[in-house]
Amino acid sequence: MKIKYCDALVIGGGLAGLRSAVAAAQKGLSTTVLSLVPVKRSHSAAAQGGMQASLGNAKMSEGDNEDVHFSDTVKGSDWGCDQEVARMFVTTAPKAIRELAAWGVPWSRIKKGNHEAVINTKKTNIFEEDDKHGLINSRDFGGTKKWRTCYTSDATGHTMLFAVANESLKLNVNIEDRKEAIGLIHHNNKCYGAIVRDLITGDIVAYVSKGTLIATGGYGRIYEITTNAVICEGIGTAIALETGIAKLGNMEAVQFHPTPLFPSGILLTEGCRGDGGVLRDVDGHRFMPDYEPEKKDLASRDVVSRRMMEHMRKGKGIDSVYGTHLWLDISILGREHIEKNLRDVQEICESFAGIDPADEGQKGWAPVHPMQHYSMGGIRTKPTGESQTLQGLFSCGEAACWDMHGFNRLGGNSVSETVVAGMIVGNYFADYCINTQIDIQTDVIEKFVHEKEAYMKNLVSKNSGDDVFKIKNRMKKIMQDYVGIFRDGEGLEKAVKELEELYIKSKNVAVRNKQLTANPELEEAYRVPMMLKVALCVAKGALDRTESRGAHTREDYPKRDDANWLKRTLTSWKEGDTMPTVEYEPLDIMKMEIPPGFRGYGAKGNLIENPISAIRQNEVDEMVEKMELEGKDRYEIQDKLMPFPLQDEYKRKNIRLGDL
Amino acid sequence: MSRELTFKILRYDPQDKENVRAYFEEFKIQEAPSMTIYIALTQIRESQDAGLSFDFVCRAGICGSCAMMINGRPKLACRTLTRDLPKEIILLPLPTFNLIKDLSVNTGVWMDEMSKRVESWVHSSHEVDIANIEMPIEPEVADAVFELDRCIECGCCVAGCGTKLIKEDFVGAVGLNRIARFECDPHDERTIEDYYELVGDDNGIFGCMTLLGCEDTCPKHLPLQTKIAYMRRKLATVKGS
Ligand SMILES: Cc1cc2nc3c(=O)[nH]c(=O)nc-3n(C[C@H](O)[C@H](O)[C@H](O)COP(=O)(O)OP(=O)(O)OC[C@H]3O[C@@H](n4cnc5c(N)ncnc54)[C@H](O)[C@@H]3O)c2cc1C
Ligand code: SF4
Ligand code: SF4
Ligand code: FES
Repeated sequence: MKIKYCDALVIGGGLAGLRSAVAAAQKGLSTTVLSLVPVKRSHSAAAQGGMQASLGNAKMSEGDNEDVHFSDTVKGSDWGCDQEVARMFVTTAPKAIRELAAWGVPWSRIKKGNHEAVINTKKTNIFEEDDKHGLINSRDFGGTKKWRTCYTSDATGHTMLFAVANESLKLNVNIEDRKEAIGLIHHNNKCYGAIVRDLITGDIVAYVSKGTLIATGGYGRIYEITTNAVICEGIGTAIALETGIAKLGNMEAVQFHPTPLFPSGILLTEGCRGDGGVLRDVDGHRFMPDYEPEKKDLASRDVVSRRMMEHMRKGKGIDSVYGTHLWLDISILGREHIEKNLRDVQEICESFAGIDPADEGQKGWAPVHPMQHYSMGGIRTKPTGESQTLQGLFSCGEAACWDMHGFNRLGGNSVSETVVAGMIVGNYFADYCINTQIDIQTDVIEKFVHEKEAYMKNLVSKNSGDDVFKIKNRMKKIMQDYVGIFRDGEGLEKAVKELEELYIKSKNVAVRNKQLTANPELEEAYRVPMMLKVALCVAKGALDRTESRGAHTREDYPKRDDANWLKRTLTSWKEGDTMPTVEYEPLDIMKMEIPPGFRGYGAKGNLIENPISAIRQNEVDEMVEKMELEGKDRYEIQDKLMPFPLQDEYKRKNIRLGDL
Repeated sequence: MSRELTFKILRYDPQDKENVRAYFEEFKIQEAPSMTIYIALTQIRESQDAGLSFDFVCRAGICGSCAMMINGRPKLACRTLTRDLPKEIILLPLPTFNLIKDLSVNTGVWMDEMSKRVESWVHSSHEVDIANIEMPIEPEVADAVFELDRCIECGCCVAGCGTKLIKEDFVGAVGLNRIARFECDPHDERTIEDYYELVGDDNGIFGCMTLLGCEDTCPKHLPLQTKIAYMRRKLATVKGS
């Protein structure tokens, strides 16, 4: 049996995992990062649009600060988020972006003088003053009051990921790719590392560590059509679930993006609409202003996706051999703008749809349809990033439910979360590793290794059984049809029942290719049952949540129900069960800085209020008024309303142009 | 009527100690509208040979995983449409990288070593206060750095390079481009002498025979040739060379 020891084990080498590894390595810990693929190929590389941070540099960002970013994030979450965590996040985001700038991310910079932008389909002149010249620029994104999304053309994730990966190489982090964590080692409610399969040799090795951090990204691939990379299968989430101790939060909160290219599912960034692009229907009509007069095409993602579905249901979609879709028109931005700021978008349209989006008129319109895009749910953690129930297991990035996104994530807040959480959670994690000893017997480790070895042998030994690809495709179809943008009780019942049957079936698959080494079919065979567990957590959570909040839309319960549902769903899995155990964690309104209210979209009455909201709102208003009279500044007021934990280094005030 | 496509794929599994033979295997599938090599290979794996190994991650031309030899040229398979190819499509793994199995090669280890060798990170001596306003950068300079930062480490330029075939330790256009990228980044304080230390030899900038294989194959259209020439001129001025 092989055992490898390190101080800090990070599972997942996307932005979140690598930034956490840097935090651990900076504190002198021996740090290992595992990844399915070379880390620079992680899904983070695909993020195009940008990263939110309230620098307030550009003209259209003036007046931006932590408070505005916080309020956008809380409203965006449809009050489902943890407000303390959202505060930690917005306070650190400007520092994260400035750190990345120092590490060489070539953020697009402001040029002084006049320049043209398309706002609400009209060419508008924006003047940037001299003192802004050369500072980090930002663009508009859905659901934000200010232009806050910083970018490098439309390859933001790529440039961020390369900078953070290179920084890890510099600090001698031990990066091992083509290594898959397939189980966690734990004993007496404490986590000691992972059981890892080498995807080339098939070797099963125990990676034993003082602390373990899961940053394996989202679980979009449980859906049939998704913008996610093919490796986003939720295995990291599943291994936490399979401990029976760690819990998952809000798994039913799944985001659908309005503008992936149809039918391939390749994303056209929100930056398209942020920069002034618009949606059009079969008549070439721009329909979003009819539904959302205020925010139009830049309402938040859940809202735009639903409006598009609604509009297509009215017969306003465009029919094609693959089904119905709508158009995204960026041609109005002009060729020059597209060729500079939306070049990847242009390349994608050319390669995958055979159109040049810079061509004027309908010729350049791209077919789009809302698709699965982001997993708000994940491994439930405390604000420090540690599992609430399994000591020594940390998680951050899309894999985690740290919970600053609640039921809907704003564009640009995800890559921002990955690096910010990498800093904050990474530091708490490193401190944990410094203060912990590995006090586990090797026979316990051995038991975990042998179990997995036997499991693999057993999988290839069976000669008859079900085809794993069929089961997988069926699962994806069920999720697509019944656990999608619009959900209802009847469909969800069906989904849960059939997923459970599939899960039972998935334990009896026959693998045709018998190699224990590199063997894609064997990989499917052990992953699919895990994916089914994740899918069941999503479907069951959605079935039980009888309200609509953020991206979770129940047609049979159209109102957001603060009276009954201001709580986080927790799912766990008991060994031997075929269904998750569901519990809830209440959100405390009396501790909120912004008590629940109207989010600013659709009909105002679409809400079952919680009487405590009004009480807290009064309290907040009185406190603010009193402190303002006393001449207190916004930091002092905030601290009084809702104190939040954060490392001193990150809690420091962010300096902006106006402060000088 | 859609075409019937024939894929001739090189099969070889270095792990399989009993079968140490490399051979071509043929698979036939019906072409579908806007079919890419990614879609075709996935279909072959699901319906004909579940053991066929190949790599895709983003399937959108962004991550660089899927480079392979397609009818003799290194290309990103996810972005290659079958309609642009003849009926017979020959697929081979990228040369010069270690083979994992079939079409899957180990670029990650090579690229990480390359990154370490050219010290592919910002070298700076001053402490940055991340709570304070960032250092201003000329917008054109930021754009120029971005142009070179767009490399996705796909390995096409390495696979298409004659020098690399002769010189095992040649750093490749990808490595030379990385040097050029940091050389124009104002955050990096390294001097030309420092870069000379890293690549001022025959396995570096002076090994390149200017055959242009790299620039022709780069799917990101990086200006590799211009940049290599520029760096060569700069490094050639360093004394003691
Ligand atoms: C097309 C697209 C565009 C996007 N654009 C934006 C944007 O503009 N702005 C924004 O804020 N957000 C954007 N997002 C979202 C954002 O990119 C992701 O949420 C974020 O990058 C996730 O980062 P991560 O570090 O958590 O995980 P990932 O980058 O997904 O990394 C996961 C890592 O875990 C590894 N891994 C997985 N399972 C295992 C296992 N079992 N064992 C070992 N390793 C494992 C993988 O190899 C990988 O290294 C976009 C998403 C998509 C789909
Ligand atoms: S120009 Fe130089 S680096 Fe590029 S392919 Fe030719 S020899 Fe290789
Ligand atoms: S320089 Fe071009 S061809 Fe070479 S690795 Fe980078 S992207 Fe690929
Ligand atoms: S799969 Fe990412 S570039 Fe082809």
